[in-house]
Amino acid sequence: MHTVTLKQVSKTYHLDSVGVPALSDINLEIRPNCFTVISGPSGSGKTTLLNLIGCIDRPDQGEVIVAGQSIQSMSDDALSDFRARHLGFIFQNFNLLSVLTAYENVEYPLRLTKLPASQRRQRVLALLDAVGLADKVNNRPGQLSGGQRQRVAIARALAPAPQLVLADEPTANLDSQTGAAIIALMRQMQRQHHVSFVFSSHDPQVQAEADDAVFIRDGRITHVERRSDLVEAGA
Amino acid sequence: MNTFSLALRNLLRNRRRSLTTLLAMMIGICAVLIFGGYARNSIYALQTGYVQVHGHLQIQHKNYFLYGSGNPAAYGIANYQRVIDAVTHDPVLAPMLTVVTPKLQLGGIAGNFAAGVSKNVIASGIVVGEQNRMRAWDDYGSMSYTPLFALTGTSPDAVVIGTGVARMLQLCAPLKVSNCPQAPTAPPSDERAAPDDIAALSALERSKDTPPASQTRIEMLAANVHGAPNVVNLNVVKAENWGFKEFDDTVLIMHLAQAQRLIFGGAAPQVTAIQIQLRHTAQMAGATERLTQLLAGTFKDEPLEILDFETLTPIYGQSIRFFDSVFGFIAALIGVIVLFTVGNTMSMAVVERTVEIGTLRAMGQRRGGIRALFMCEGLLLGVIGALLGVLTALLVASLINHSGLTWTPPGYVYAYPLKVRVWGDAGLIFGSAIGLVVVAIVSAWWPANRASKLMIVDALRHV
Repeated sequence: MHTVTLKQVSKTYHLDSVGVPALSDINLEIRPNCFTVISGPSGSGKTTLLNLIGCIDRPDQGEVIVAGQSIQSMSDDALSDFRARHLGFIFQNFNLLSVLTAYENVEYPLRLTKLPASQRRQRVLALLDAVGLADKVNNRPGQLSGGQRQRVAIARALAPAPQLVLADEPTANLDSQTGAAIIALMRQMQRQHHVSFVFSSHDPQVQAEADDAVFIRDGRITHVERRSDLVEAGA
Repeated sequence: MNTFSLALRNLLRNRRRSLTTLLAMMIGICAVLIFGGYARNSIYALQTGYVQVHGHLQIQHKNYFLYGSGNPAAYGIANYQRVIDAVTHDPVLAPMLTVVTPKLQLGGIAGNFAAGVSKNVIASGIVVGEQNRMRAWDDYGSMSYTPLFALTGTSPDAVVIGTGVARMLQLCAPLKVSNCPQAPTAPPSDERAAPDDIAALSALERSKDTPPASQTRIEMLAANVHGAPNVVNLNVVKAENWGFKEFDDTVLIMHLAQAQRLIFGGAAPQVTAIQIQLRHTAQMAGATERLTQLLAGTFKDEPLEILDFETLTPIYGQSIRFFDSVFGFIAALIGVIVLFTVGNTMSMAVVERTVEIGTLRAMGQRRGGIRALFMCEGLLLGVIGALLGVLTALLVASLINHSGLTWTPPGYVYAYPLKVRVWGDAGLIFGSAIGLVVVAIVSAWWPANRASKLMIVDALRHV
């Protein structure tokens, strides 16, 4: 079963009274346990596609199936709960809560899933240790470098043990060396946690690391490259 | 880290704005509490003054309050001493009482016939010692500067008059009344100061009592119990200012026995009221109930009724309603200011944290969670503002209470210490604090609701 399936998905934005088609007739399948990169020029619809896969936006037409569930009929609260359990997000600007420590930022999504406190603590510390920030648990985002903030964001995205992590230009605000380290970390995490990563990125380093590459232009998928065989769980 | 903890940290994120908002709330609740405490003190002072003069309750002849001032003889209480004894010896009432005293009120004409002037007056005959005890009543710690009656220790014919009466009777010089310009000289007239029969009565009264010649002697003419004129010769021992000019121009206070002699002569003396002063105002309901039982039992054949001081002095209730309306106006004004201040603060917070809202929603926070977060921030602002405001108000009230300032209530001539009674008034403190918190929550609701309804993709795109 694919982690994500999009069937005949279309999305149009409305600027004043003018409709601007962002995606048209998208059919796509995201394989489990893969690094999938969505590439395309600015305005091609990468972010819109990522938003639909991440269930933070709904299509005008077509069907989006994530983790085996169609999101069309879900209420807003049900969709929120679904995102909390099955999806993780990594943002270009890290989007950490500035008033929370690294520990609390990673813990936040676990609170939404009502995980008991002892299990939360165990998981948060393990994740922060895994991303190399065991000594920064009490630091707030303002006390961390860009790379460290993105590591916290990766740990936060993985905290609820999601099936899918979405990353919108995760290396855009990092220097190339830090970006490479972050990509390596995400790849390592993806393998350790048996999770699918879907990126939108211009970064050649990210594209080079992809198992699958999806190319999009003017709101339509031009082609999909399957660069590796299906990555089996635990591989 | 729970919602309250996160809300508190968010408030601390922009300390200056939060402090400004808290300051507005503190000043607001402080103003409400200080005025509330001042109003309460004013009401207590008014009540203290009225209770000192009228007592808490009065037993009167039925309808005397409505019609009797024109004819005290017809509305007198004949067996008043029996009523007083019954009240003072009643086992239920006795522990509540401080003073039970008779009073006779009458109307008449006071004349300084030697100067050819007279003035209609409303006279009260009192038991001076008991009235002085009534003036010592101070249930609220007002420590009023009410003086003792000037009649204390005086001869039976002694009276005290208002300064207005003294002016009109041309007694300013001997009574040392200030603000008393030379009265216009009356045009020459053939008419005498008093008719022959009144002059004869006056002469008879003077010869009977043989008082020493004095510049402060006056005569008072009143209708006796039989409707015939009667005259007593009186010695004015003092002219006092009585606050209200209308009162000051008519008041005359004399010993009860003298007043009774003027009205009832040799007949059985009566009074127009039995004043009852209780230890505490809170005992009024219980005392009234017991008095009603007494009057309905032992005195069922007497046409008596019980009136409380609020009925006897309608201005007391009017003053309370006035203070309530001003308090309500101030509270509403402060409420609106707090409403907009907190609303503005929360709206700015929503705009500044739009991306954060989108991030939380993307991670799976429900709309209700976002709404609750901002409502919590409003709640915390309200609680902290109320707490600091109450503490500030208590401090300011304490400073005022120890400042030694005094004030004179309307219609009074003696002052009361200026107090702001905030401490101990749980209703005022908690009512104002809860009101402030509710206003803060209400004003946070709209921005919180707006935040919860943001589209996630729009929020994440916000710059």
